[in-house]
Amino acid sequence: MNEQAPDRMTYREACRQAIRDALIRDPRCFVMGEDVGLYGGCYAVTKGLLEEFGPERIRDTPLAESVITGAGIGAAIGGLRPVVEIMTCNFSLLALDQIVNNAATIAHMSGGQFAVPLVIRMATGGGRQLAAQHSHSLEGWYAHIPGITVLAPGTIEDARLMLAAALADPNPVLIFEHVVLYNAEGELDPAITSVDIRKARIRREGRDLTILTYGGSLPKALAAAGELAAAGIEAEIVDLRVLRPLDNETIYASVGRTRRCVIVDEGWRSGSLSAELAARLAEDLFFELDAPIRRVCTREVPIPYAAHMEDAALPQVADIVEAARGLVRPE
Amino acid sequence: MSAKLMIDRSHGQHLFREMLRIRRFEAKCMELYQAQTIRGFLHLYDGQEAVAVGIMQALDERDAVVATYRDHGHAIARGLGMGPIMAEMYGKLEGCSRGRGGSMHLFDRASRFLGGNAIVGGGLPLAVGTAMADQQLHPGAATVCFFGEGAAGEGEFHESMNLAALWKLPVLFVCENNLYAMGVPLEVAEADTEIIHKAKGYNMPGEQVDGMNPVAVEVAARRAVESIRAGNGPWFLECRTYRFRAHSMFDAQQYRTKEEVAHWKERDPIVRMQAWLLEAHLMTPAELDEIEAAVDTEVAAAVAFAEAGTWESVDELERFVTMDEVPS
Repeated sequence: MNEQAPDRMTYREACRQAIRDALIRDPRCFVMGEDVGLYGGCYAVTKGLLEEFGPERIRDTPLAESVITGAGIGAAIGGLRPVVEIMTCNFSLLALDQIVNNAATIAHMSGGQFAVPLVIRMATGGGRQLAAQHSHSLEGWYAHIPGITVLAPGTIEDARLMLAAALADPNPVLIFEHVVLYNAEGELDPAITSVDIRKARIRREGRDLTILTYGGSLPKALAAAGELAAAGIEAEIVDLRVLRPLDNETIYASVGRTRRCVIVDEGWRSGSLSAELAARLAEDLFFELDAPIRRVCTREVPIPYAAHMEDAALPQVADIVEAARGLVRPE
Repeated sequence: MSAKLMIDRSHGQHLFREMLRIRRFEAKCMELYQAQTIRGFLHLYDGQEAVAVGIMQALDERDAVVATYRDHGHAIARGLGMGPIMAEMYGKLEGCSRGRGGSMHLFDRASRFLGGNAIVGGGLPLAVGTAMADQQLHPGAATVCFFGEGAAGEGEFHESMNLAALWKLPVLFVCENNLYAMGVPLEVAEADTEIIHKAKGYNMPGEQVDGMNPVAVEVAARRAVESIRAGNGPWFLECRTYRFRAHSMFDAQQYRTKEEVAHWKERDPIVRMQAWLLEAHLMTPAELDEIEAAVDTEVAAAVAFAEAGTWESVDELERFVTMDEVPS
């Protein structure tokens, strides 16, 4: 029995501890990105690491996403274990060639002669009034690509433990950290020292419907479940955690049990991860459903600056509650 | 043929033989392509053989090579067997990339041949990365990165040159300037047509060499690699060369004149090397016959190897999309 008290920390601190641990554990591991060193990271995740590990292992780079990512791929092939930070996933579009055409293809294109054990961390999502070029949720796009693993830590525990699992994986792994979560606080059970990056997790059990979600929408879904419970509706919350490959087993088991499903995804609805999930459920679970599948997604606009407009664009607790009520208690 | 390098009989013949191996291999590829035995895109290297062969003379087994989609010459000069390369063209399991890469994506772990890259400029960041790893794990090793002058228009070229120079990484950037990016002439694509000037912009040593002369290329490559191994950071070589054939197989070459092609063919690195070796009595006509016969035999054996190869089971289709472990 573990007697240690749980550690209380922020999501940001959990990310930092994860990186620090990786640097201590493996001399091949290093961090590379824009402003990760002297500045301490745009979201302060790498603050203090330069002082502790020095400029060889905390490498400030020029503003050049493509070569940062491509050099990470080459370094991984060459025997190092790079953790590349891309400031926001919006900027990752400048590195799309390297991610999609190199990181995701080299293992297959070389007939298995080379692997790319690279980790790319990036911030994602809206909610901080950063407007359209800093607020988008593009993880669903990356989940489209075979050859990469896409993770979305939605809890302190995942923020703390997913990185080690990602670094142990021989394949390129993209980790999307939601900007609104960085300040979230939570408790970490010291007895838990690793997580499985192949499985979704049930964060709340419920009999009446399943809410599928991940990342920054997870706290909103949990809040919605609280409101629904007050109205007598028990929602089960499945945290996808891994956006590629999707854990069909956990998802299908939950939806098969509750027979109703709401998908909450901060990506835009058209061509989104929510669309993929809905299609899978329609293909494989249609006869077990008692109601149509509902989706709560970001409105189809570039995210605006003004707070009230941004709020209106993003999925909110009230939207989730409304979608759920519509399924369980149709008027 | 001018050279500061001491060219003895055996080395002179070696350079000639290596270039001829590439030329004859590709002549066979062209034939097989026209017969539709091999498919996809086929970008031939003929005219440019002196570049790959000259550069490879300066390398040893610890070095890495990042190639382009015009990679047959790089692969052969680096020492990949013709058999596995030809089997790759056929799409056979015995191909150097298991039939999954084809002509543009030849890979070979044993010789640190990190693949032909079919995205213009896409290989440069990769080369910067292997150089980072070597700088830390294998000091003295160099990465050679080949690219065409068309890559100089890509952002990745500039990002890579800057980072390599900034971090003093052991990379040899080799620009094969064949004057055309597909059908876009150099002067239409570049504000400054002297690609070598770009090295200065990144505070990187470099030089422009005659890419039709393997000895000139070798001399420059040796100087570059020596400096890189000593820890002085990257080096840039612009090799002025020319491709005698079209960019790819569907190219009517309307962007250049027959006269221009004929003019460059007078500088054919293989024809000139052959004439020079014979004239200087570094190769006898009998030795020339022997070399040609041996190369033809090697090419025929490669075709036989590819023909005898097997088709991978479709059950294996999704293998290597992700790996179970990092190959060691």
